[in-house]
Amino acid sequence: MNMARSTGALRWGSLLLLFVLACAALLVVSRRAAIDAAAAPAKSSFTPESVARGARLAAIGDCAGCHSGAVPLAGGVAMHTPFGIVYSTNITPDTATGIGAWTEAAFARAMRDGVARDGSHLYPAFPYDHFTRLTDADIHALYAWLMTRDAVSARAPANRLIFPLGFRPLLAGWKLLFLDRTPPAVNASQDVAYQRGAYLADALGHCGACHTPRNRLGAEERRHYLDGGEAEGWHATALNAASPSPQPWSEEQLAAYLRTGLAPNHAIAGGPMQVVVQNLAAAGDDDIHALAVYIHAMQSTAKPPAAASERRAQQPLASVAGSDAQWEAGRQVYAQACARCHDAGRETGSAGALQMPLAIANYLPDARNLIHIIRDGIHPPDNTPGRWMPAFGTTLTDAQLTALAAFLRHVAADAAPWPDLADAVKKTSAP
Amino acid sequence: MSKMKLRVNGREHDIDVAPDTPLLYVLRDDLALNGAKFGCGLGQCGACTVMVGSEAAFSCLLPIGQIGDRQVTTVEGLGSAEHPGPVQRAFLEEQAAQCGYCIAGMIMRAQALLAANPAPDEATLRQHMAVNLCRCGTHMRILRAVRRAARDMKGGKPGGHA
Repeated sequence: MNMARSTGALRWGSLLLLFVLACAALLVVSRRAAIDAAAAPAKSSFTPESVARGARLAAIGDCAGCHSGAVPLAGGVAMHTPFGIVYSTNITPDTATGIGAWTEAAFARAMRDGVARDGSHLYPAFPYDHFTRLTDADIHALYAWLMTRDAVSARAPANRLIFPLGFRPLLAGWKLLFLDRTPPAVNASQDVAYQRGAYLADALGHCGACHTPRNRLGAEERRHYLDGGEAEGWHATALNAASPSPQPWSEEQLAAYLRTGLAPNHAIAGGPMQVVVQNLAAAGDDDIHALAVYIHAMQSTAKPPAAASERRAQQPLASVAGSDAQWEAGRQVYAQACARCHDAGRETGSAGALQMPLAIANYLPDARNLIHIIRDGIHPPDNTPGRWMPAFGTTLTDAQLTALAAFLRHVAADAAPWPDLADAVKKTSAP
Repeated sequence: MSKMKLRVNGREHDIDVAPDTPLLYVLRDDLALNGAKFGCGLGQCGACTVMVGSEAAFSCLLPIGQIGDRQVTTVEGLGSAEHPGPVQRAFLEEQAAQCGYCIAGMIMRAQALLAANPAPDEATLRQHMAVNLCRCGTHMRILRAVRRAARDMKGGKPGGHA
């Protein structure tokens, strides 16, 4: 007994010793040298061409999506991750609080290796797992653009991460496991626009950051590239052949969606995709075209049940009587609150609302996007024109919302019921 | 048409309307409660805001058939011209109205906020009220009125029957 206990203690002691040694080794291995601070480069040291090119690239990289809160590029935006809150940093050329003291070499190291100028490791909320595959020329253009923005003094709040993730040397281990510099597989027989689109979607646009599922340690599952993932409580749909879209996308529709957030009678950008589209407005036409070509090619083997959904879209759903009380409750909500804009044969004043059998939200693996849209509506970002759907969050009860979502899933998408629908409705309710 | 009961400002009414009729139309056309206004009919402006249960809601978007047993409170339920409720009085004292079209909706949205959170911070207040629009641009006076109402209600200033 006594013997067993002391053997146990010995075992624990050696485990602890091993752990401490491993941490010490990690500290040594993970240390990266600081790169000396430099005076911020003169704005005139960059050619207008590289600055303009950087602006178009930054639009695709969506820098502003995370780094622009109240002040453009000054950071401080809270990003809620399964591991706690990470605040985006100031990437204006302010020397004290931004990246003004960063040489191009320091900037390139941050983009490629996820290491800050002072040598500390950056959290992969910053998608260096994608940026690592950017070309030198593109990194230079992005640097030129950032260093010619207005410097703003702003310090991000301290991150609030679960223990022990505040200890940055741990990230060296994460990078060892997951920072993969090989690009995702592409179809080499495709044309130049496709290859460009594949590069932009991966290395710069980091589409996979949301549209690829992540593992328990927060790394993208490369085997499931663009198979659909998570974004701020929304489902980010699959962009490849696994796309659940009820209608096929044409190249033109994809380009229109990326450019304006709207593909008429097809889809409208909602949730976290709105800001992506808002930033893409400043991207080059050729690059938008390339992204559309690439995504279209990936989806060419998708088999959407287009004929069936189009047939359903031609009949008014408000009169599809059901067999049970839940169905009838959902039908009534639809008939009374939704049908006047969404039903076949009805039209709103300014533009047609999407008919529900054509709406991708009804076909997704879970109900979150549909519930978010019903609750909060679709509002174009501040100061931009766009289509509008009112918010029904305070007019419909949770029970009515649940019945409506179940009705749409069944009648509009003709798909199996969502499991845990009532639970999803509860989880998306306002805090 | 279908017959149903609707409880507004503590009184029960028997009504006979099509179930997809917006609550706003019933309030104005059938019950002559003209405080809530028709602005856009799309849930974009907030002129039609009333309280349904404890929440501020766009009455132009709420089909009467979906109200169920939820209680409706309109601006008429907060007080009268002679005996204004605390939120109404704060709006009067701050002269928050210019043309007045949005004000009933503003008052009802503020009422819902203060009932749930008697001392909202500035960010909460602005975020909550942002949904309702005033085309005259008296938003600053409206915000002052809501802050005053919060102070008055905390201090227990009497008034109205809210």
